[in-house]
Amino acid sequence: MAHQEVILSVSDVSKGFPGVRALNGVSFELRKGEVHALLGENGAGKSTLMKILTGVIRKDSGSVRYDGRELDNWTIEKSQQAGIAMIYQELHLVPNLSVAENIYLGREPKRGLLVDYKKMREDAAAILAQLGVSLDPQAKIASLSVAYQQIVEISKAVSLNARVLIMDEPTAPLTNEEVSLLFDLVRRLKASGVSIIYISHRLEELAQICDRATVFRDGAYVDTLDVAGTDKATFISLMVGREMTNLFPPRSVVDPNSPEILRTENLSTRKVRHISLELKRGEILGIAGLVGAGRTEFLRALCGADPITGGKIFMHGREVRIASPRDAIAHRIAMVPEDRKKQGLVLGMSVRDNLTYPNLDRFSRFGFLSPRSILARVSETIQQLRIKTPSDTQRTIFLSGGNQQKVVIGKWLLADPEIILFDEPTRGIDVGAKYEIYCIMNELKSQGKSVIMVSSEMPELIGMADRMYVFCDGRLTGQLSQQEMDEEMIMRLAADFSSNGSSEFREANPRENAI
Amino acid sequence: MKSKANVREYAILIFFVVLFVFFSVVARGFLSTTNLINVARQISLLGIVSVSMTLVILSGGIDLSVGSVLGMSATLAAFSMIKLGFGLIPSVLITLGVSALVGLVNGLLITKVNIPPLITTLATMTGVRGVCYIITKGVPIYGFKKGFSVLGQGYIGPVPIPVVLMVAFFIVGYLVLNKMAFGRHIYGIGGNEEAAVLSGINVAGKKLTVYVISGLVAGFAGIVLLSRIMTGAPTLGTGFELEVITAVVLGGVSISGGEGNLRGVIFGVLIMGALSNGLIILAVDEYYQWVIRCIVLLLAVGLDKNSK
Repeated sequence: MAHQEVILSVSDVSKGFPGVRALNGVSFELRKGEVHALLGENGAGKSTLMKILTGVIRKDSGSVRYDGRELDNWTIEKSQQAGIAMIYQELHLVPNLSVAENIYLGREPKRGLLVDYKKMREDAAAILAQLGVSLDPQAKIASLSVAYQQIVEISKAVSLNARVLIMDEPTAPLTNEEVSLLFDLVRRLKASGVSIIYISHRLEELAQICDRATVFRDGAYVDTLDVAGTDKATFISLMVGREMTNLFPPRSVVDPNSPEILRTENLSTRKVRHISLELKRGEILGIAGLVGAGRTEFLRALCGADPITGGKIFMHGREVRIASPRDAIAHRIAMVPEDRKKQGLVLGMSVRDNLTYPNLDRFSRFGFLSPRSILARVSETIQQLRIKTPSDTQRTIFLSGGNQQKVVIGKWLLADPEIILFDEPTRGIDVGAKYEIYCIMNELKSQGKSVIMVSSEMPELIGMADRMYVFCDGRLTGQLSQQEMDEEMIMRLAADFSSNGSSEFREANPRENAI
Repeated sequence: MKSKANVREYAILIFFVVLFVFFSVVARGFLSTTNLINVARQISLLGIVSVSMTLVILSGGIDLSVGSVLGMSATLAAFSMIKLGFGLIPSVLITLGVSALVGLVNGLLITKVNIPPLITTLATMTGVRGVCYIITKGVPIYGFKKGFSVLGQGYIGPVPIPVVLMVAFFIVGYLVLNKMAFGRHIYGIGGNEEAAVLSGINVAGKKLTVYVISGLVAGFAGIVLLSRIMTGAPTLGTGFELEVITAVVLGGVSISGGEGNLRGVIFGVLIMGALSNGLIILAVDEYYQWVIRCIVLLLAVGLDKNSK
């Protein structure tokens, strides 16, 4: 290594949240002028560490040394002044202001009381030139592609004299050409002595851009390796190498002659392309893939939340048209969405009102609600799902995540669906409640209902799913039977890296022997 | 554990009681039966339209056109009866129909063209006011048969008919909001529209209905007003929408939707009525009354929001 000087060193840092140990004594070292990848599954603790470095949250214990001094009482302002900048996945730019205005937002050069636009433009142009980017400082952000918007964010960081740049999945929204544009920029930054922490799920990118890589797993440090001379399979096994004990309830085997209940043929939306798959009665179907692979969007298409642009959906062998959530519910398809607070619940309303919300018409006679039947079904559901709430009039905003999730599930059970779509069913839920939700899913299965489950937690998918499809980049890249599911195989299909980064579809071998 | 809604209702109740006791002590004659009945009559139209406005605001919207619709309804009914010589029943039906139509237009613009409720109803507020002037050619219309005054000026026992109507509207509104699926749907749409859509609720349809109700109720209030003052003037109801919104917000209904209830709104309406009546009895200069009303509104809502 040419640069051995260490700019940032994290040792033995821990951070806990109520009910979760997000970081458990992790270490991490960043050298000057190095691009250092930080790898790990969702929930491995990468973002928590980044939040500590950028001063968004405080560490509980351990030490962080930056540029030779200890970071204590670290705040967002201090981290900015010290030259630690983060490029978030969601960009923070004002769409209707120009490139220059965005770079200097909040610290505009002034002449008297007025903004000195000339100086602002010149300064912005100088920074863009320094980065080797041809971009008009007067262009409006809204007129730029995501890649150039990202470059504006990076320019802003550079104008703040950033010495450590944290990039969170920067290539996720980019096309192949845009990725190489970004990589050129990263190399120039590196050459100018900036150190970069690079977070990505795309392992094939490591060799192109990164010097070293550190792997986290379950909030703990696993290893740091030179990227040169380490193959992807090694990284994958480091990332996923976790043993599974009985975190999952025992499950029943699906009858192989179980009839098909749902089938899609070449289903496409704005985010997914040509998805053809089938779901059997009484099975839990898992859908794996990286964030942004189109898993959620596939579920949204099935439940009528996103418009379908092509392809067909069949239920019980007959084609059905699903243009709105109402249509989906009429066909007895229900969705437990990813974000229960934004999409699942009306937080200000009570447990009772949320549970009955999609079903009020069935509890009404001539438009008037029948309180007796409501109360009976509500208390039945609360008991059945063991929703912990002081009463059914408690507002759902006061419930824990697990109990909120049970309310969302409960409201659909009252609608008596045939197919229930679960999107990240256990996100942000503690272990005990997770187990209960798994039990509910198995119970649904044994009642002959069918479940499609999207999850970023692979152990959960492997522990629950009877069969699994893997998505990558809006496409279906493979199918796995229960015997074939292992994390390495899933990662391969999800990163689709056996195709060496090309977007060529590779027919995964499990497709034939799974059925 | 008391829910937050109850605490908030409580705050507005206490505020009303304090105001009421204050005027009872300092304003001579405030507490007399005649005066209280008078107050009740004064607030009756405000109360009637507050019920439908509560529906609109709970659904996450707003309707600024109610003042203009009220004026249009009064002038249209007057025009129909006096200038066209139509009977009472056809005139009322035409008027209610046109009022509902304004609500339908509002609803369609909001749900189909996606213009925000504030802008949509700001525009129709202006346009419908223009219609008031077009109908009357700017000149008040009068000369009604005496029998028409019963609705606005009559009594059932000691109680003025408009007050009876207001009570009826509150009861119906309460039933709709709390005992009917429709009302619960409105709460959910205002509380979290995305969740409502994903729950399979026909959100656009429900919103459309809400604005039609709003137009219809404002139109009905216009007919009651016409019957009370027996003159169809084009300026009727100017600024009325703001009084209605003030009463509803005072009553603890969240301006962003989904939270609040009609019990609170009753007190919001009562505070508005007690305040203007009490200030008149105290012979406070009208110019100052505006300023005092401003302070009371900010005080009541400020206390309410911080009493959580």
